Amino acid sequence: MSEAVDNREMDEILQRYGYEKSCIIPILQETQARYRYLPKEAFSYLSENLGISTARIYSIATFYENFSLEQKGKYVIKICDGTACHVRKSIPILERLKNQLGLTADKVTTDDLMFTLETVSCLGACGLAPVLTVNDQVYPAMTPDKAQELLKRLKEEE
Amino acid sequence: MNTEFMVIDNMPVEINGERNILDVIRKAGIDLPTFCYYSELSVYGACRMCVVEDQWGTIQAACSTPPKAGMAIRTNTPRLRKYRKMILELLLSNHCRDCTTCEKNGKCKLQELAQRFGIKQVRFHNTSEDSELDTSSLCIVRDKSKCILCGDCVRMCNEVQNVGAIDFAFRGSKMCVSTAFDEPLANTKCVGCGQCSVVCPTGAIVVRNDTAKLWKELSDKNTKVIVQIAPAVRVGIGKELGFSEGQNVMGRVVAALRRIGFDEVFDTSTGADFTVLEEAEEFSKRLLTEDNLPLFTSCCPAWVRYAELNYPQLLKNISTCRSPMQMLASILKEHHREDEKRVVVVAVMPCTAKKQEAARDEFKEDGVPYVDYVITTQELIHLIKEANLIFTEIEPEAVDMPFGTTSGSGVIFGVTGGVTEAVIRRLSDDKSSFALRAIAFTGVRGMQGVKEARIDCNGREVKIAIVSGLKNADDLIRSIQKGEKQYDFVEVMSCPGGCIGGAGQPVTNRDGKYNRGAGLYNADRMSNIKRSEENPIIKELYDGMLKGKVHKLLHVNYLKPDRS
Repeated sequence: MSEAVDNREMDEILQRYGYEKSCIIPILQETQARYRYLPKEAFSYLSENLGISTARIYSIATFYENFSLEQKGKYVIKICDGTACHVRKSIPILERLKNQLGLTADKVTTDDLMFTLETVSCLGACGLAPVLTVNDQVYPAMTPDKAQELLKRLKEEE
Repeated sequence: MNTEFMVIDNMPVEINGERNILDVIRKAGIDLPTFCYYSELSVYGACRMCVVEDQWGTIQAACSTPPKAGMAIRTNTPRLRKYRKMILELLLSNHCRDCTTCEKNGKCKLQELAQRFGIKQVRFHNTSEDSELDTSSLCIVRDKSKCILCGDCVRMCNEVQNVGAIDFAFRGSKMCVSTAFDEPLANTKCVGCGQCSVVCPTGAIVVRNDTAKLWKELSDKNTKVIVQIAPAVRVGIGKELGFSEGQNVMGRVVAALRRIGFDEVFDTSTGADFTVLEEAEEFSKRLLTEDNLPLFTSCCPAWVRYAELNYPQLLKNISTCRSPMQMLASILKEHHREDEKRVVVVAVMPCTAKKQEAARDEFKEDGVPYVDYVITTQELIHLIKEANLIFTEIEPEAVDMPFGTTSGSGVIFGVTGGVTEAVIRRLSDDKSSFALRAIAFTGVRGMQGVKEARIDCNGREVKIAIVSGLKNADDLIRSIQKGEKQYDFVEVMSCPGGCIGGAGQPVTNRDGKYNRGAGLYNADRMSNIKRSEENPIIKELYDGMLKGKVHKLLHVNYLKPDRS
């Protein structure tokens, strides 16, 4: 299921950072931007080329919430559950989407790799609460119904 | 200039270049407790056991505070005692507390400090998870439920050994020490040196214990169990059994092994004598042709594994000589080829990586390994204790014949620089005892991680490097590759100080290692045969059993993995 890592693409990223050990975080960010997650195969290639052990890269990748070691869906839905969104009922939106997509707290990506559902602590758009984003596009003042409608639209676009 | 001093518990103590006040405090005869501090590793400051209080009531960790003249601190106040107890209680609250069945029982730092600070109850609910063993490695066993996250193993693996098989993963309450993707240790770049287990304060990383299987063999009447004892064992085992650190108790080890039930007892130093001859010959040949220089030694299995994983292009430079353990084992198995009983060869080693070496395909004949069991010095101590022997009351005995003669050159293999010194003894044309003694002053001796020596060999200057600790080896290889350094012969031992500091030995400190080294040099001095080639068994075997079989029994080709 996992996408093969293209070493030439990795080289491009590495070159941009001059194969510099200390740039491991931006390098991982770009890798994730390219593959939507950090593929396991990228670790050994990065390790060889940067002189950092795979265990250390794993350490960095697991330390930051933003890095994902699991393949993500084509649409990454982030539901804000910061204080403002929470009091304006973000949880029912989350529950509805979970039901619709058949996801749980542990299983966040659909089997067809179309949708990933995550919560975030604050998107910094409290005035628009409750907020969710789909691949960084912001959808303000959501309700469970509006979210379900959005999901339907995304599925139809396919 | 006046001497600078600081005040510790109302007592002036001189500051003499110490990196931190912890070192000054310990110098003053106060054994401040720590979990995460080792002088050879970087300062981590995580365990907070070494906290001290200054005159304004500020609390700081002694390990990460540099000393300053005039500084006044206290190491034992009610607040500090309370904090230390709290830390211990919290550590114990999510720790598996089945001490009696733990491999580290009696040697555990957490157990010791809980005892020292009188922790009689833990007020918190025990949240420790069921033990999650990683038994994939043949050398060490990991149990995450006993980890206290001091990070000693991580820093040892990265800073001293440059292996980087393990690191911290995740954060907060989910933090743990892990391999990449939580792979079993056997699938990582772990070389099995076991140094992580040396610094682990608890039972989270321990040396694999193979004594149960061995007891079975010992009580089997149809099996002849032959054992060989590595040089470093004789000076590493005594301390825990009632002798001083570094004291050579070989005779007692031999006697104890016989009492335990081993049928024949030999000294791996004999194998080392063969290594010296074979390696010296190989080196002379390479010097003539200038091919594949520098020659790297091959005695240390963790180093061989390290090279395989990280520098496959260097494998052709590594000596084709088997390690002394393997040389003696193949000779022993060959000798007993016609034996009616099943012959089992056991090796008592200061080393964890030898367990892995013994299981390599190169060292098997028809699927049967030359060395059937490798037990560490620590496991031998278990055997001796389990056999109810009082080690101090055992009368020393000599090893068996016909492979019972050894030379001083073979014995010093156990300390960094020993292999080199033995090979120089073989190569030097001047066979006088003066020349022999002078070799000790060429730079081969000493506990430094990197040593250099230059000798004259048939009019050619031979440049030698001796490294212990894989980070030192790695740095040296890099400087050779960059062309900054050039050598003809490089001795590599993975464990700092050589085999005497091996992970299979009881844990010791810098002074302890020095004493163990001195113990081996003493044994060499007291040995009436100094040079390997003067060992009578050598000539006898080359003219006899080894005729036409030198390559088969004494050499190995790491370049082709499935040679056997």
